[in-house]
Amino acid sequence: MKHKWTGAMAMAVAATLLTACSGGGTETGSAGGTGAAAEKVTLTYANWSEDQSPAMEQIAAEFQKENPNITVKVQTLPWPEYWSTLQVGAAGGTAPDAFWMLADHFREYAKGGALIDLSDTVKSGIDMSVYPKAVSDSYTYEGKIFALPKDFDTNGIWYNKALFDAAGVKYPDDTWDWQDVQDAAKKLTDPAKGVWGIAAPIDAQGGYYNTILQAGGTIINADGTASDFAGPAGVAGLKFWADLQKAGSSPTLKQLSDTEAVSMFENQKVAMYFSGAYWALRFYKNAELKGKVDVAPLPQGVKRATVTSGIGNAGYAGSKHPEELKKFLTFLGGTKAAEIQAATGTVLPAYKGTQQPWLDSMPEFKLQVFIDAIDYSVPLPVAGNTAEWQGLAAQYLAPAWDGTKPVEAAAKEYQDAVDQVLAKK
Amino acid sequence: MTNVAAKPARRPSGRRAGGNQTSVWWAVAFIAPATIGLVALYVWPFLSTLIKSFQDVPAFGPATFVGVDNYTALLSDGEVWEAFGNSALYTVIVLLGIPLAVVLAALIEQAGRGRTIYRVLFFLPVVTLPVAIGMVWRFIYNGDFGLLNYVLSWFGIDGQYWVADARFTIYAFAVVGIWMGLGINLIILGAGLQAIPKAVYEASALDGAGRIRQFFRITVPLLTPSIFFVTILTVIAALQMFDLIFIMLRSVNNTALGDSKTIVYLFYEKAFVQFDQGYGAAIAIVLLIAIMIATALQFRLQKSWVFYG
Repeated sequence: MKHKWTGAMAMAVAATLLTACSGGGTETGSAGGTGAAAEKVTLTYANWSEDQSPAMEQIAAEFQKENPNITVKVQTLPWPEYWSTLQVGAAGGTAPDAFWMLADHFREYAKGGALIDLSDTVKSGIDMSVYPKAVSDSYTYEGKIFALPKDFDTNGIWYNKALFDAAGVKYPDDTWDWQDVQDAAKKLTDPAKGVWGIAAPIDAQGGYYNTILQAGGTIINADGTASDFAGPAGVAGLKFWADLQKAGSSPTLKQLSDTEAVSMFENQKVAMYFSGAYWALRFYKNAELKGKVDVAPLPQGVKRATVTSGIGNAGYAGSKHPEELKKFLTFLGGTKAAEIQAATGTVLPAYKGTQQPWLDSMPEFKLQVFIDAIDYSVPLPVAGNTAEWQGLAAQYLAPAWDGTKPVEAAAKEYQDAVDQVLAKK
Repeated sequence: MTNVAAKPARRPSGRRAGGNQTSVWWAVAFIAPATIGLVALYVWPFLSTLIKSFQDVPAFGPATFVGVDNYTALLSDGEVWEAFGNSALYTVIVLLGIPLAVVLAALIEQAGRGRTIYRVLFFLPVVTLPVAIGMVWRFIYNGDFGLLNYVLSWFGIDGQYWVADARFTIYAFAVVGIWMGLGINLIILGAGLQAIPKAVYEASALDGAGRIRQFFRITVPLLTPSIFFVTILTVIAALQMFDLIFIMLRSVNNTALGDSKTIVYLFYEKAFVQFDQGYGAAIAIVLLIAIMIATALQFRLQKSWVFYG
């Protein structure tokens, strides 16, 4: 009977392999893949945004017009599944050919050899100076370029004019410093009406990263081996938010855990919300908010600063069609793709000079603020497994926000936890 | 063989062996779909998890064997113990849903005509997407705008931040867990109830037993095999709870998440956020062993309370 068992096992193993392979997105025309130009190939292009997928389809269609032998299939995955699907796919050989990348996930993928190296493609005719340096730098690993910037975002103060008018407070402008924010937030808070001056959640990108940089801090040192939250600038930058909580100028952390800061702002419960350009379209489409909302630059601390980041378009190193993939990624990094994104108001494209249609699509908002901020923008801090140490922030910093622990102590504990993650190889 | 050859009436042994061969292949062909499914979806993932639990598996690239390092790290990891504690607490509370299901099943059985409607109503959560359930309950539990606190305010009770305060999160999940599991439990218990002979009730009624007495002296004892089965399923499902916490806490930057993790959530975090699949696999194996022990214990204990007519 023994050989029959082996037969059955072989069948089972074959089936396993088959199911493993059929999960992949690519369709091979014939073996080899890179073959002649006439060969029909299909590339997959994954993203996590329902809002943006129409624009991605349009970009894919435009690319296909120029390259009739390449078909691009756009896949939209829900955010919570996106990263686990991509990681498992990249490790198992079934990842999509092209996909969106974020700076805080990028390093793990680049280090693991999961991304296709675009350095040569760039050398043969892509001008990297058209992209904000802070964004393109965040997709460079050990001197190699692995993704071309798709879009970018800087931060500003989104504010509700109606709530400012009701409290008789002057709108924020580019003269504001930290104290102005603290004072205005206090004045705008009206417990009777259930209105707060500002939303102060434990938010890195829209929140304390900016204030730490404004205080002259660095967050992560240059070689990515240690963090600096407990230094004077780090503590000052965190204290900015803890003070707002202490003064009662913001909904509590529990309230902000139940109802996200952006929803609080949309429901006109908070007058100010520090965040990125990516909300513009959502606020603009909200009939209640459209006429009441505008945006101002972030306040100055010791200096001006905002973190910036952007999505990058990256390719899978294991793709069966690397040449076609590079062609597609080049197209995604080019003017046409940028113009489609700008004209649809989808996002702020990274390509220099293509942003005007985006500004024009929402004339009521002073969106130029986000573009002006490029001048003083700093790349989102990344080091080691960034997603891992960022994930620890809520747990370690909550006592500082709650006032149950001095900011200095919480900052030190968080710093130690981050350094521990960074120490892993 | 000699025995067979000695009986001329039978077919020659050679042909018989050949026939056997063919029928074995037929048998293999018939069980192949189920076997392939089982191997591909259960046996293989289990084996690869077991192997990974003894390895250091980076996000990408080759794994290296590290012996029992993952397991020793796990034993001294406070986070793992806390997560096991949370899962155990959740499981214990969800088990309270079983007496509730028994009473409801008995009541529905009495309902006569409306029976089907009640069954459908209770079964709806079972066929609803967990994501949708999580979203709806997140709204119900919302501290400022939620339905629960609104209803509590009628009675002058101060509401809480049920899913934003780590003191309450596990209890809040357990209530949803009970509600989600009720439908399946009612179906199984309902089938058990219908298997109880009507004559037993009639006889006891003649002897003067009331409804309550019948419930405790007849329904419950005769239903114990079904109750046992439901308990086993509930414990296994409860120890694997993941979706509720994923949807209700993770999707927002919730400060209660740190102290509310269940064991499967921790597994997810280690394997897919921190890219430490070896450690994640070790957690999964420990959970498997925990479930095996819990189930074996229940089988041991059932001898003292389950009544097989």
